[in-house]
Amino acid sequence: MSTRAAPLLEASDSSYKLRKAKDRLIRGLCVAFTLLALVPLFSVLYYLTARGIGGVNLAFFTELPRPVGETGGGMANSIVGSAQLVGLACLFGIPPGLLAGIYLAESGKGGLAKVIRFTADVLAGVPSITVGVFVYSLLVLTLGRFSMLAGAVALAVLMVPTVTRTTEELMRLVPEQLREAGLGLGLPRWRVTLKITLRTALPGIATGIMLAVARVAGETAPLLFTAFSNRFWNDGIDQPVSSLPVQIYTYAVSPFEDWHQQAWAAAFVLVVFILILNITARLLVRHRVKGR
Amino acid sequence: MCARALFWIAALVVSLVGCRGVDPDGSVGGVVNLNGAGATFPFPLYSKWTFEYYRQHPTVKINYQSIGSGGGIRQLLAETVDFGATDAPMTADERRKAPRTIHHIPATLGAVAVAYNLPSVPTLRLSSETLSAIYLGEITSWNDPRIAEVNPGIALPEQGITVVYRSDGSGTTAVFSDYLAKVSPRWKEQVGAGKSLRWPKGLGAKGNEGVSGQVKTTAGAIGYLELAYVHTAKLQVVALKNRSGEFITPSVKAVTAAASGVKLPESLTTSITDSASPGAYPIASYSYLLVYEDHPKSAKAAALASFLLWSLRDGQRFAEKLHYAPLPEEVVTQVEARVKQLTTGGKPALP
Amino acid sequence: MSSVSNPPSIVRRTPRWLPLLGRSANPGDAVFRSVSRLFALLILVLVLAMAAQMAFAAEESFKEFGWGFITSQKWDPVGQRYGALPFIFGTVVSSLLALLLAVPVALGIAIYLSELAPLWLRKPIGFLVELLAAVPSVVYGLWGVFVLAPLMATTVEPALRSTLGFLPLFSGPNQGFGMLSGGVILAIMILPTISSVSREVLQAVPANLREGAIALGATRWEVVRVGVLPYARPGLVGAVILGLGRALGETMAITMLIGNRPEISASLFAPSYTMASVLANEFAEASQDLHLAALAEISLLLFAVTLLLNIVARLLVWQVSRGEAKGAR
Repeated sequence: MSTRAAPLLEASDSSYKLRKAKDRLIRGLCVAFTLLALVPLFSVLYYLTARGIGGVNLAFFTELPRPVGETGGGMANSIVGSAQLVGLACLFGIPPGLLAGIYLAESGKGGLAKVIRFTADVLAGVPSITVGVFVYSLLVLTLGRFSMLAGAVALAVLMVPTVTRTTEELMRLVPEQLREAGLGLGLPRWRVTLKITLRTALPGIATGIMLAVARVAGETAPLLFTAFSNRFWNDGIDQPVSSLPVQIYTYAVSPFEDWHQQAWAAAFVLVVFILILNITARLLVRHRVKGR
Repeated sequence: MCARALFWIAALVVSLVGCRGVDPDGSVGGVVNLNGAGATFPFPLYSKWTFEYYRQHPTVKINYQSIGSGGGIRQLLAETVDFGATDAPMTADERRKAPRTIHHIPATLGAVAVAYNLPSVPTLRLSSETLSAIYLGEITSWNDPRIAEVNPGIALPEQGITVVYRSDGSGTTAVFSDYLAKVSPRWKEQVGAGKSLRWPKGLGAKGNEGVSGQVKTTAGAIGYLELAYVHTAKLQVVALKNRSGEFITPSVKAVTAAASGVKLPESLTTSITDSASPGAYPIASYSYLLVYEDHPKSAKAAALASFLLWSLRDGQRFAEKLHYAPLPEEVVTQVEARVKQLTTGGKPALP
Repeated sequence: MSSVSNPPSIVRRTPRWLPLLGRSANPGDAVFRSVSRLFALLILVLVLAMAAQMAFAAEESFKEFGWGFITSQKWDPVGQRYGALPFIFGTVVSSLLALLLAVPVALGIAIYLSELAPLWLRKPIGFLVELLAAVPSVVYGLWGVFVLAPLMATTVEPALRSTLGFLPLFSGPNQGFGMLSGGVILAIMILPTISSVSREVLQAVPANLREGAIALGATRWEVVRVGVLPYARPGLVGAVILGLGRALGETMAITMLIGNRPEISASLFAPSYTMASVLANEFAEASQDLHLAALAEISLLLFAVTLLLNIVARLLVWQVSRGEAKGAR
C-alpha cells in the first residue's frame, strides 16, 4: 500500500527528494509516537505483574484483611464486594439503558429525542466523582447509612448513558429492510423492534455492555461516599461493602509495606479481570464480523 | 434472549447479594454490624481492636474506616455511622448541630511525631520556634543557622525543606496546630488551630497514611503524623524541645508523662499539648470515640457499649505494642462510669 | 442474524378499531412506546435532578461569596472563607498540559494506524492502545505513586531544571508530586480516547480524496496533509474535546499525584489541586455547612464545564456530519 504513490516527477528532482525525506521523517515520527504510547502500557503491566503476582495466593482470595502490622490476610471481601456491586449495577443500569436506547433508535426523530440524546451525552461526560456526591445526598443521607445499594446505584448511573448510546447506534445499523419485512408480515411494531431489530443488534450491544461493565468495575471515585468500605464481609444490601478499587486506593496511600503489596496484588487481579472482559468483548465483535 | 439474559443476571445478583431481613433492633440474622468512621491517628489500634473483638465475639462486626476526624464528626452528625472517632474534641458549633447528646469517650493516648527524610542526618533536634518557622515557610533549607543552632556537631545538608501536611480534615492537624498555636504567637495569628487549615506552605497528603507515604518518598521532607505510623513505616523522627527544656523523642513513656497530672473534666476532653511535666513529649493528645448517648437500635446500642467497656479494659493491653499509651487507671474508671450511662430508647443500653 | 431466518409463524391481522387508541396501530405499540419513552425521560430527569441537587446544596456558598467564589484564591476552612480559583486553575492547567502532551502523540498514532501502518499491524496496535483506556484510574494512581513520581523526582525534573531551569515553569524543589506528574498521568489516560476517536474520524474520510492526491503524485504524508486532514479537522477537534472532558473529570489518579495544595504557582513542579480532587478529599469530611456548600458549588462548576464542553463537541460533530453529507454523497 505504501508504494502505491506513483511519482509523476523524475526521481532525481531535488524537491522530490526533499518531499520524500519529509515523508519518511513524518512516518518515523508516527512510529515513534506509537511506540512511545505503548511504553506506559507495558510499564503498568510489567509492574502489576512483577509486584502484584507475588501477593496473589490462596489467602488473597479467601481471607479477610488483617489489622495493621499483622502480615498475611487477603481481600476476599473486596473481591466478592466488587462482584456484588457490579452485578447490582447491571441490574439497575442495563434495562433502563436498553429501553432508552430503543426509544431513541426506533421512535426518536423529534425534539424530545434530540434533547435526550444530548443529556445522555452529558451524563456520559459527567465526572464520576459528582455522581458519587449526588448519590450520597440521594441515598446515603436519606437512608442514614453507607450501603451497597448506594454504591450500585452510583455505578448504574455511570452505565446508563453508555448502554443507551450503544443500543441506539447499533439498532440504527440494522437494515431498514429487516424491519419492513417484519412489518410486512403483519407483526406489530414493538415485536419487530424486540424480536428483529434488537436481536440483530444484540451481539454488538452485548459488546458495548461488557465494555461498560469493565469500566465501572474499576471505578473508585463514586464509591468513596456511597458503598464506603468494610473490613468484614458485607451482611446485606443496606450495609457498607468493600470493593477492590477503593481498597487499592486505601492501601496505595498507606505507609505499610504489606499493604502496598496487597494493593499491587489487588490491582493485578482487577486489571486481569478487566482485560478479560475487554478481550472477550472484542472477540465477540470479530466473531460477528466473520459471521457476516 | 435479552429477557433471559437479564433474568440470569438478576438471579445471579440475588444469590450473590442475599436477602436477609434487618431486625428492628438493628441486627441482621443475629449478627450486629457496627459502622464507625473518623480519625486516622488511632487507626492501627482500632483495626487491631475490631479484629480481636470479632475473634472473641463472632456476632459483632465492627467496621471502622479511617476517613479523618472531620469526616467522623460529619458522618456521626448525619447519622450515617454508629460511632465516630476524633482526636480534637468537637467544637461548640459542631455540638450545636447534633440531633442528640454526643459523648466523647477517651480511648487511647498518642503522640504526633514530626518525621523527616534526610538519610545523612540520623538524629535531628528542633525547638518549638524552629518547627513553627519551618511550617510558616520562614525556614526553607535544612542548613539554616536556626536549625544548626540546636543541632551542634551535625552536618546539615544544603537541601530544600518539603513541608508535608494533611489535606483532609484531621484531628492530627488539630493537635499539631493546637501545639504550634500555644508556642508561637505568630502561628496563632496567621494560621490558627483547627482540623483543616490554610497552610502557608507545603504539600498536602490524605490521612496519616498519606503523609507518611509522602515523607517516605520525598527526600528533604518533613511531616507530622501519629507515632504508630512512624514506626510501622520506619521513618526518622525529630526530638522536640519541651517546656522543661529537654529534647524528647516521642515514645509511650513520654506520652504517659504528658498525661500525668492532668485531670479529665466532666466533658472527658482536655488538651495535653505543651505539657509542663518533666520528660513529657510536647505534642501528645487523647483520642476519642464519639457516641450518641442514646442509640435507637437496642442490639447495636448494647454491642457498642460492650465493645467500649472491652476496649477500656482488655483493649488497653494492645496499646503499648502499637505505640499508644494506655489510659491512666483513674481515667478508665471515670470513662467506664460514662459508658454505663449510655441508653437505648431511654433504657440502659447494657443488660 | 440467525433470528431473521425463522420468522414468527403466527401472523395476526390488526383489528380495524385499533387506530382509535392513538397514533399506533397496536395497543402493544402504545404501551411499549410509552415504557421506552419513560426510561428515556429517566435520563433527562437524572441529569436535571443532579443539577438541581447540587445547586440546592451550593446555595449557602453562593449567597455568601457570590461570583467572588470563582475569583478568590483563598481556601480557608478555619476562617470559613472559600474561593475556588486554585482548583479551577489546577484543573484547567493540568488538563491543558495533558492535552499538550497527548494530542501530538495521539494524532501521530491515529495517522499511523489509519494511513501509514502495514495492514496486518493496524489491528493489534490499535487494540493495545485501547487497552490503555481499560486500565482503571486507581491503578494508574498506584503506578504513578510508586513508579512515575519517583522517576519524575529523580530523573525528569532535575533534567528539565538543568536545561530549562531559567523558565519559572521549571523552578522550585522537585518532589515528584505536582502539576507536571498530574499532567503526565492525565496525558497517558486521555491518549487512547483521543487516538481512537481520531482514527475513526480519519477512516471516515472518503477514499476519493486520498485517491485524488495520490493521482497527483503526492507522497503518503502529502496525501494525509492535503487530502485527509483538512476534511477531518472538525472531527479531530471533537476528539480532542472528548479527551479534554475526560481529563477535567478525572479524579483518582490525579488526586494521588498532584500534591493536593490549593495554590496557584508558576512552577510545574509545585503541588496543585483539582476540582475533582478536592471533592474526593474533603467531601466526606467537611463538618461545617459552609464548607460543604462550597464543595457542592465546586461540583456544580465541574458539572457546568462538562455541559459546556458537550455543547461545543456537539456543534463540531454536527459540522462534520453536515460536511460528510455534502462531500461523500
